[in-house]
Amino acid sequence: MERKWEAMTSAEKQENLFARWISPAGAKFASPQAEADYKARTTRIKDAVQMKKLPDRVPVFTLPSFFPIYHAGMTPRDAMYDYEKCMAAFKKFVLEFEPDGNLGAAVPGPGRFFDIVDYKLYSWPGHGVSPNASYQAIEGEYMKADEYDALIEDPSNYFMHTYLPRVFGALDGWPMLPVLTGILEMYGVAFNFIPFGLPPVQASFQKLFEAGAEVLKYAGAIGAYGAEIMGLGYPTIVAGYTKAPFDVLGDTLRGTRGLIVDMYRQPQKLLKAMDVVTPIMIRMGVGAAISANNPFVFIPLHKGADGFLSDEQYKKFYWPTFRQVLMGLIKEGVVPLVAAEGGYNTRLDIVKDLPKGTTLWLIDQSDIIKAKKNLGQVACLAGNVPSAMLDLGTSQEITDYCKKIIDACGKGGGFILSNGSFFDEAKAENVKAMVAAAKQYGGYK
Amino acid sequence: MANELSKALAELEEEKTLAIVAERMKAGADPMAILEEARNGMQTVGKRFADCKYFIPDLVYSGEILKKINEMVKPKLVGAGAAKRGGKVIIGTVAGDIHDIGKDIVVFMLDVSGFDVIDMGVDVPADKFVAKLKESGAPIVGLSGFLTLAFDAMKQTVDSIKAAGLRNKTKIMIGGGQITDDVVKYTGADAFGKDAVEGVSLARKWAGLK
Repeated sequence: MERKWEAMTSAEKQENLFARWISPAGAKFASPQAEADYKARTTRIKDAVQMKKLPDRVPVFTLPSFFPIYHAGMTPRDAMYDYEKCMAAFKKFVLEFEPDGNLGAAVPGPGRFFDIVDYKLYSWPGHGVSPNASYQAIEGEYMKADEYDALIEDPSNYFMHTYLPRVFGALDGWPMLPVLTGILEMYGVAFNFIPFGLPPVQASFQKLFEAGAEVLKYAGAIGAYGAEIMGLGYPTIVAGYTKAPFDVLGDTLRGTRGLIVDMYRQPQKLLKAMDVVTPIMIRMGVGAAISANNPFVFIPLHKGADGFLSDEQYKKFYWPTFRQVLMGLIKEGVVPLVAAEGGYNTRLDIVKDLPKGTTLWLIDQSDIIKAKKNLGQVACLAGNVPSAMLDLGTSQEITDYCKKIIDACGKGGGFILSNGSFFDEAKAENVKAMVAAAKQYGGYK
Repeated sequence: MANELSKALAELEEEKTLAIVAERMKAGADPMAILEEARNGMQTVGKRFADCKYFIPDLVYSGEILKKINEMVKPKLVGAGAAKRGGKVIIGTVAGDIHDIGKDIVVFMLDVSGFDVIDMGVDVPADKFVAKLKESGAPIVGLSGFLTLAFDAMKQTVDSIKAAGLRNKTKIMIGGGQITDDVVKYTGADAFGKDAVEGVSLARKWAGLK
């Protein structure tokens, strides 16, 4: 009999999540060969990540943003508004390039949903940017400088009444909603429900019903795609995502400028708010991994990159709660797939303070050969073929670059060949050359 | 107490800086002198950033303090601000790209280095760059872009400058997340700056400053 989850050690939990990923319950494979391929690919990735034994060869990821869409001759607008077309593009991409790990097809997202809810945090193709461009974030102080106490006291309530109505036009009735934790006893309970009778609140919910129906359609397409691509032998490597608390505050709540000023003007409140956000980020990652039967949870890192903070600032504001999130995930067997976007050279000595074989780092513009010598001793590194080279370089340059990093970082395992940051434009032959390099030069005999 | 203000600003002591400004304003000091001293303080901030003693947060925060100084001084100010000595530089994020953090840092660094910076904002079409070049006569243009999509927009902008007959009078630098020498070659720009400090060195070199 399987042991109870609560009774397992974190290593056992990780093994369990890997096992559920490698041998998915109820999966329908297209052929015995597809099943064998799926097992070989997932096992190869697992061995690279755990750093206990050598994989059969260096695994290879292709992690695109809108590349599959351009490659299929569509615009990002097409992909965000026609789910079937979008899935077809991603399927073509995976079958043509045959990576060991792929990201699924969720990058473009459901355009009609964003229209219905009037999302203000982003521009998307045909809505604020050209139909042929990627979505882009519109930073702002969606949370005001004097709202820390409200966030700290009750984050859910703050999101419901203040933050969400600011970033979703459709939720403009929500500031009128009752405080749910005030619903306690028969006496007075009815009055709490008055807001639901008011036209602005009802209009908000009307839009949400519409939005929910749209997302169900989209989720159906994504789910069917995921099952199909797995059935053909290709593992999706990400169960969901979570974030470093500093980036939660900086990316979507306070904006870069607001966050930076808070570091000087109200550092204690910023630190306290990150403490409050930390367990929420852990729960979000653990929940995603367990429900998807997949150990990997994606964490994109933004405002702690080289130059964004001094060493002291990184150690004071970024690393403590980020590490708590990582350790909280690791404790539950989850493998954080951390994307160190931009340069992370100055942080490697700090972030290597992690248990061996529990994290996977996507290296972008850091010196990956140097990274292998510190962070790479305790964590599997993936990377770092540059986006500019995929777009403008020759396939020979790609091959040479891949061979160089496989030689330097592949030794002893703990390395996955990959592009360094999600790519839009690229030459197909360059993406092919990257995948081929892992197969040709990545063998461990 | 000369330099007291520039020192406090360079040390990012907001309260102290603003108290000094308030005190001087009350004593009837020349607002231009206050701004000049603030400019010296900002120069120190820029220098410390170039020396890797200060980082992006320090730049942004010093800018916030300066904004407050400007607000305090403005009502007393007659006439224009001090003339810039470094020459004109046009900066903008190219068409299709709305990222501004990197561009803003370059604008800041050029500004504190004495350049007269014309900030065109984000998602700037090629013809707007050309029109601004004609209008201002600026000899240097900086094109910013975070996405690989920006490579083509940068190339189109350089081509438009060429088509307008301004290429031989204009030095063009590019910068952004994924820029390399290959991208310089592809776009037809003159050079790229890995960061804001390199951007300033390029501008200084092209402007004939040491």
